[in-house]
Amino acid sequence: MTDAELAELVKSALLKVAPDLAGEEFAAEKRFRDQFEVDSMDLLNFMIELHRTTGIDIPERDYPKLETLAGCVAYLKTKGFGK
Amino acid sequence: MTLMRKITYREAVREALKEALECDERVFLMGEDVGRYGGAYACSKGLLQEFGEQRIRDTPLSESGFVGAGIGAALGGMRPVIEIMTVNFSLLALDQIVNNAATLRHMSGGQLSVPIVIRMATGAGRQLAAQHSHSLECWFAHIPGIKVLAPATVADARGMLWTAILDPDPVVIFEHATLYNEEGEVGAEGDLGVDIECAAVRRAGRDATIITYGGSLKKSLAATEQLASDGIDCEVIDLRALRPLDDKAIMASVVKTHRAVIVDEGWRSGSLSAEISARIMEQALYDLDAPVARVCSAEVPIPYPRHLEIAATPQPEAIVGAVRGVMRK
Amino acid sequence: MIEFRMPSLGADMEAATLVEWVKKPGDRLKRGDVIAVVETQKGAIEIEVFNDGVLDEILTNIGEKVPVGRAIATIRGMDEALGPALRAAVPVAAPEKIAPVTAPPEEAARPPPETRVVQAQITPAARRRAQELGVDLAAVKPGLGGVVGLDQVEAARPVIKERPGILFDEMRNAIAAAMARSHREIPHYYVTSTIDVSRLMDWLEAENSRRSVPARLIYAVPLMRAAALALKETPELNGHYEEGRFEPAGRVNMGVAVAMRGGGLIAPAILEAEILDMDELMERLRDLVARVRGGRLRSSELSQGTVTFSNLGEETADSVLPLIYPPQVAIIGCGQIAERPWADHGAVVVRRTLTVSVAGDHRVSDGRRAAQFLTHFQQLLHNPEKL
Repeated sequence: MTDAELAELVKSALLKVAPDLAGEEFAAEKRFRDQFEVDSMDLLNFMIELHRTTGIDIPERDYPKLETLAGCVAYLKTKGFGK
Repeated sequence: MTLMRKITYREAVREALKEALECDERVFLMGEDVGRYGGAYACSKGLLQEFGEQRIRDTPLSESGFVGAGIGAALGGMRPVIEIMTVNFSLLALDQIVNNAATLRHMSGGQLSVPIVIRMATGAGRQLAAQHSHSLECWFAHIPGIKVLAPATVADARGMLWTAILDPDPVVIFEHATLYNEEGEVGAEGDLGVDIECAAVRRAGRDATIITYGGSLKKSLAATEQLASDGIDCEVIDLRALRPLDDKAIMASVVKTHRAVIVDEGWRSGSLSAEISARIMEQALYDLDAPVARVCSAEVPIPYPRHLEIAATPQPEAIVGAVRGVMRK
Repeated sequence: MIEFRMPSLGADMEAATLVEWVKKPGDRLKRGDVIAVVETQKGAIEIEVFNDGVLDEILTNIGEKVPVGRAIATIRGMDEALGPALRAAVPVAAPEKIAPVTAPPEEAARPPPETRVVQAQITPAARRRAQELGVDLAAVKPGLGGVVGLDQVEAARPVIKERPGILFDEMRNAIAAAMARSHREIPHYYVTSTIDVSRLMDWLEAENSRRSVPARLIYAVPLMRAAALALKETPELNGHYEEGRFEPAGRVNMGVAVAMRGGGLIAPAILEAEILDMDELMERLRDLVARVRGGRLRSSELSQGTVTFSNLGEETADSVLPLIYPPQVAIIGCGQIAERPWADHGAVVVRRTLTVSVAGDHRVSDGRRAAQFLTHFQQLLHNPEKL
């Protein structure tokens, strides 16, 4: 998968969890927590959705790597997803 | 970066044959009028002069006979390219193709392999009337033991032959008769050996998927132009391989667009479009926003008068109508 | 026969607009069944019935504004006679009523063709999308050819973004009214404690590392569990104060403050929180938050809270001194988890800490009770394996 396709996948996962964010601009390097009003419950649900769509088991200590859109894309690539 | 050049489909076929004959001495071409006449569609013009009678062999008017002979040559270690003038005449060789070529590997428990390539012209559009306008690709796509290809572009006509020759099992290549004069781009050195298993997305789109092959590709692309001006963005999939079918590519597209239109020059009943429709139903039912639509030839023997021949075969207007139908627009 | 009256849905809700009847006359009802849906400043609320029975008569029409306390339906017991509405519909075999029965049977049997309803044709993709979006297919208008496709479902999708303009203004008003009443009527006192949650967080991290992603817990859950257990021991912090009297609650219906994107705040309750284990609490919390965001709560969740728990969350502030939500008598507020220098057996170490405040209604409890709650709360959090 290309970076753009991975970014779309990440966005869809977040939108599944928070559908009211549809239509919002996603800044790649800004933390989700800072761009949108998402809290720990939203972010955990987002991790669950990512886990569900990619099959990757995400340990809690990796959560800080998944705080931005760019971070998520990079993380998925290091885990070999979409090769 | 390889330079691209423009040649005709016919020239692409000829270049592919020439290259194969040059690269591998086991390869030879056999068929009616392939030698002295240069090929019924001029695909082997000049090859007899270049490669001689042993390698460019004119055959008698006996499809069953010379296809059988080709199978025998292949069993003996050669790599024959058998040209059957058109699919209409292949009916006379069906027993050889189905009961020998397709089944000898199975019946011999793997001891025998039949590495033949059969090339045939196919389809309607030249006012050759009922007995010479068939599109019977679906009959061949029905038979386990052979591969079936339908190069719709000049690049595929150039590149599929070599991969087919290298295949240890029979490969049947259908060249739509209306494509021979079409021009298209190939790389400077030719496209030796393109894959023969995958479909290709000829036009990416969002709203509906058109699935087609062979001579119907250009009609489908023409339809998308008209639809685009109405704001309908179509994806066009060129099957390239009719057996095996590239389910993965088909479903990936249908899951994306939710709507499928299959354009198949065969008659609708028991056609390849019916098979593809069934597979879409099996694998992507819950992604469909409309029933799968099919644009096929009318259930009549193909007529001789031009206006009736056009009316009986898939045309861009009918494809546009089918896409509108699945869009409910 | 009982009259089912419009229940109160919160401290400052006076009326609601009836938007949907979920049950119809003749339907069997169980306690807790949703009977109707009303629209309030806080969004759509599902109204639950308190009794078993059969819905007899509907007394309020869709679109009517219904004040709290107005009878909106009658419910009869299972064996009771039919109410007037249904009695009229049943054909009576008395002699004077023979006239309609003598009509030719074929005419009565054949339904008039114009009223035959055409089954909606719903595409598989549309059906699936409707399920994803929570759109009711029966309410979707078919498109061309009578087909309900993706376009029709997307068009029927509840557009949350457009509502804030109206909804959140009204919600702000409702919150303002409730908080003003709280400040005006309830004499608040506050007791605060900063506690060492390192053991809790270590335990939680170990626990979550053993669990797959969907089964993990957020740290609010053990806090809520500990709070619910501790509240069992200090009943003066759990219940309702109304008309000069305090009614302690037998159960801990824990209101959870949930922030809504767009600026609203609502505190629906997880009922009987004290008997739920942490996995159950996590699931209820997840479900509650999802329904808050989707604007679909139940009347019991808004009216039956007996205490409220307000967790500020990560990257917020160190402590919060919240206002009690009437008619409750206490609220527990937790600030963010922060590393602090900590004294442990004479040495200075760094620990993860959290500041928790309890606000109490001084008419019902005093600082000592709240402090006892905090001590107990803290003890429970120091032994997270036992939670």
